Amino acid sequence: MTFNTKTNNDFEVKPSHPRHDSVKISVNNLSAYFGKTKVLKDISIAIPEKKVLAIIGPSGCGKSTFLRSLNRMHEVVGGTITGSIIFDGEDIMKQDPVYLRRKIGMVFQKPNPFPTMSIFNNVVAGLKLNGFHNKKALAEIVEKSLIQAALWDEVKDILHKSGANISGGQQQRLCIARTIAVNPEVILMDEPASALDPLSTTKIEELIFELKKDYTIVIVTHNMQQAARVSDFTAFFYMGELIEYSETKKMFVAPVKKQTEDYITGRFG
Amino acid sequence: MEIKSYKGKFNFIRRRITNVVMLSISFLAAIITIAPLVLIFYYTISKGIANLNINFFTKLPTPVGESGGGMVNAIVGTLILIAIGGGIGIPVGIFSGVYLSEFGKNKFGAIVRFFADVLSGIPSIVVGVVAYTLVVIPMRHFSALAGGIALAILMIPTITRTTEEMIKLVPHSFREAGLALGIPKWKITLMIVLKTAWKGIATGILLGLSRAAGETAPLLFTSLGNRFWSTSIFQPIASLTVYIYQYASSPFKDWNDQAWTAALVLIILISLLSLVFRIITRSKYKT
Repeated sequence: MTFNTKTNNDFEVKPSHPRHDSVKISVNNLSAYFGKTKVLKDISIAIPEKKVLAIIGPSGCGKSTFLRSLNRMHEVVGGTITGSIIFDGEDIMKQDPVYLRRKIGMVFQKPNPFPTMSIFNNVVAGLKLNGFHNKKALAEIVEKSLIQAALWDEVKDILHKSGANISGGQQQRLCIARTIAVNPEVILMDEPASALDPLSTTKIEELIFELKKDYTIVIVTHNMQQAARVSDFTAFFYMGELIEYSETKKMFVAPVKKQTEDYITGRFG
Repeated sequence: MEIKSYKGKFNFIRRRITNVVMLSISFLAAIITIAPLVLIFYYTISKGIANLNINFFTKLPTPVGESGGGMVNAIVGTLILIAIGGGIGIPVGIFSGVYLSEFGKNKFGAIVRFFADVLSGIPSIVVGVVAYTLVVIPMRHFSALAGGIALAILMIPTITRTTEEMIKLVPHSFREAGLALGIPKWKITLMIVLKTAWKGIATGILLGLSRAAGETAPLLFTSLGNRFWSTSIFQPIASLTVYIYQYASSPFKDWNDQAWTAALVLIILISLLSLVFRIITRSKYKT
């Protein structure tokens, strides 16, 4: 296999995969392990820039592991990977994980704002804890991030209150604002709405639609309707393998593989 | 199916009786639990309050037979001893607690944990003898420093283990959130994990300090006691507990009375310490 690591675009695209104008992250022959257990098998996928890529599949298929490999959070829980993930023209395993995670942000399944910090400080936690203390600039970033996360109107009068005292849906948008504040290029979302009520879910989905104008988004979801609603591209994982990867429209209307069709129509999983 | 042991009404009465008996025993045990504290407060207040005046807090002890006098040197001495003990014990305890919880999932961590647990069970008088051997003998005289070191050794296991347990209670998701924001691990530990666990850690520190403030045995070999005014950490220093020991076991009535007052002052001091800690660690946010 030949691919040039200088640019993200030059690499082998599998014939069945969609072609992208601009590739943000290219994953090549990625396998991920927990100890000796192989949880991801030889995944190659090109993640398009400023689009939403949805990862779907039944529980335990490796969706979350795939997502956590992208910002090297997989190794935090003792996992290892083989293969390469090219971001910014360089393999992420050769990059400093701390800097990498500032460029590839992450939103978790359960909202996890820092309980000892105010809403204001939660938003700028990533900046303040990294030594950025210009008060005026911080205030601007807080406002901008909260507006982008569609939370500003609800919390602008209670910025000094604890980040743990707002509703679950608001907490999740606060976590998104916190991720945006660091000014990443990619946002990874690990089932960001699965712990929320339908109304909050709608808000998050609308938000994702807005965010893709500025950010590359990879979202893991259990909910196929959600994948169909928010994503441009969809990848179907099963038993640690990438079964099918195509445009969302195509995947949900005319899946190529039998397994994909079975999963989408609810026959298993 | 036939139930052999079924005895109808008799069974019901027996259960009623068992219930009343067990309930009474539990209630009695509860009374016995609170009784000592009530008695302690009753005796120290009723016997100690008579001598509790401004002189007690401002004057030095008087020679035998001469009435009046106070224990200002012992009050200040106890505070100095706690300060030395805390100054050594709190940082060591917190750092080793952080080490155990964040990096201690190995054999060395298990050894440290085991030693800390054993250390917390060592009689305090033994710790006093050790401090005597290690500090007093090389320095050739008793000193506040030696007393403070003995108290620090007593504090460390409590603070270490509480810190470890409290940090373990901080959900892993906060650490992950921090890592995902590109914050280095040491900053996450310091600014997020320790901050979240701080209230519990403070309780551990308070327990350690209170226990140290009430210790007598290790001080007998180390800080010794001093009838005069001294704030030097290299000289023997007075402390409330040693005074209580000496005065309460003396044959003089006014010394016995002063011992009660010293006990009362010590209890007030520890309560104040606890109050101050509660105020300092009060969370900005209701949780």
